[in-house]
Amino acid sequence: MIKGIVIALVIILLASIFAPFISDYNPEEVNLDELKQPPSLSHPLGTDNKGRDILSRILYGGRISLSVALVAAVVSMGIGLMVGLVSGYAGGKTDTFIMLIVDFILAFPSLLLAIGISVILPPGIYTVMIAIASVGWASFARLVRGYVLSSREAPYIEAARAIGCSQGRILFVHLLPQCIPLVIVMMGLKLGGYILTEASLSFLGLGAQPPMPSWGSMVSANRVFIMSAPWMVIFPGLAIAVTALCFNMLGDGLRDRYGPEIKR
Amino acid sequence: MVRIEWFAFRVFGGTIKVYILKRLLLLIPLLLGITMLTFSLIKALPGDPAMSMVGERASPEVIESIRKELNTDKSFLVQYIGYVKLLLKGEFGRSYYTNRKVSDDITAKFPNTLLLAVGAMLIAVPAGIILGFISAVKRGTAIDRGISSLSVIGLSLPVFWSGLLIMLFFSLKMKMLPPSGMGDIRFLIMPSLTLALPAIATLTRISRTTLIELFGMPYVRTARAKGLTEGRVKFIHVFKNALIPLITVIGLDFGSYLNGAVLTETIFGWDGIGRFAMEGIIKRDYPVIMGCIIVGTTAYVLINLMVDIIYHYLDPRVRLYAGND
Repeated sequence: MIKGIVIALVIILLASIFAPFISDYNPEEVNLDELKQPPSLSHPLGTDNKGRDILSRILYGGRISLSVALVAAVVSMGIGLMVGLVSGYAGGKTDTFIMLIVDFILAFPSLLLAIGISVILPPGIYTVMIAIASVGWASFARLVRGYVLSSREAPYIEAARAIGCSQGRILFVHLLPQCIPLVIVMMGLKLGGYILTEASLSFLGLGAQPPMPSWGSMVSANRVFIMSAPWMVIFPGLAIAVTALCFNMLGDGLRDRYGPEIKR
Repeated sequence: MVRIEWFAFRVFGGTIKVYILKRLLLLIPLLLGITMLTFSLIKALPGDPAMSMVGERASPEVIESIRKELNTDKSFLVQYIGYVKLLLKGEFGRSYYTNRKVSDDITAKFPNTLLLAVGAMLIAVPAGIILGFISAVKRGTAIDRGISSLSVIGLSLPVFWSGLLIMLFFSLKMKMLPPSGMGDIRFLIMPSLTLALPAIATLTRISRTTLIELFGMPYVRTARAKGLTEGRVKFIHVFKNALIPLITVIGLDFGSYLNGAVLTETIFGWDGIGRFAMEGIIKRDYPVIMGCIIVGTTAYVLINLMVDIIYHYLDPRVRLYAGND
């Protein structure tokens, strides 16, 4: 099952990387002769109100959605891993304080937080990455901290301490590698959500700026034509849903196999 | 905290009321912290509200007078204290754009969002629990797999897209419901359903895992051993115990309703606080942003408190306060 999903994700990834080889149309080129064409052989997914080919806009848009989600996930993981390690190992007041922040972030509506952040910075794909990561690290931190707390007194850590390892060595050489499988499963679980957050922020006009195509902004810009040209809305949304679905299923599969105790 | 407890103990007696009071008092430093944080973030932002109100070509005198009016020429601390004073009066200031009182707008729009959230909950809670229950009872069968797949799909649908599809189907094709706007109950159905979809998916998954865990508990075996019918064991004994974790999830999910509300309200032209906040953020209408954040946080804390109180009455094992026991 995991294998099938990975293949699907690789296909999605390759399709957006090699977009120019799949579709001959320039995603940003306006063509006034072919406005709002329904799906046909020359335009498999139709064209939009400016005559741009929807398929090629989706393929190129995938570059943005996927790279934003992946970069945000890796950054979230990195920050969360560090913060969680320190918080769990230090304990005491440091831990209480860090967990207070983590709880606040986890409790607050994440999209509103992300919107707030993407308003402070100028709109664009880097802002979206920062917005997602600055909310996303919290769940990684909480997971890693829990693990570190439970294995802080484990025999192998005690042994490391006994032979005189420095704190840094215990943290980064002994504890950190143990956390890697956990955070990778967590990343699988979170990626689908990041795809959706990126799409939502783009939908609200806070992400990639026109004419750059992105899935969320395509749905947003085309939604007024939903009655006359539904393909303009249906296909970009389908791209978001299918990609998010693949990531979510990958996350579930990884969790069932490697870390059944991790919660979404 | 000890003093407050003691004080509260004298006034109310050592009961749940003390706990509630304590939690409500904690709201004050929390709100102060949040206002301080947002206030300083907003002040740190590039861009001048006076400038954005009148445009860059306005004369310096006009801009100066607006700055005076908005108090943005004073130091940060003076501005912040001024804002807190305003808050104590129950005001959030006036919108930079409409010049209407933010508190009036919020009072008008908040019930709409609440209505939407309650509508979504009325759909999501029964649907999610029933689906989760069926899935758990039929664990491992095709029905279970079907429901599980549906719930993963539900988690993966972007709210703004599923909302548009629902609108396309029910309103534009079937002509059953009005496409957007506000009014009687017919206007509420589509946005509530849209908002409910991801919540149904989450609830289904969680009730399934909770119930499966509970089915294996010793008390279930006891109930079966003493000859109760399978239906009685599952519906009465297990279900009651499953309610506790489920109520936590339902309460915590309120945040996701607020999330979804921003998108749903935008699509369906629903005049709620999500869209209000969103417009405020885009126009950099700071009094509006601050007001929405404060109201949102307060609502969130109050809902969590309510969940705790429901716990207290539902499960005698949960002790929220250090009582005499």
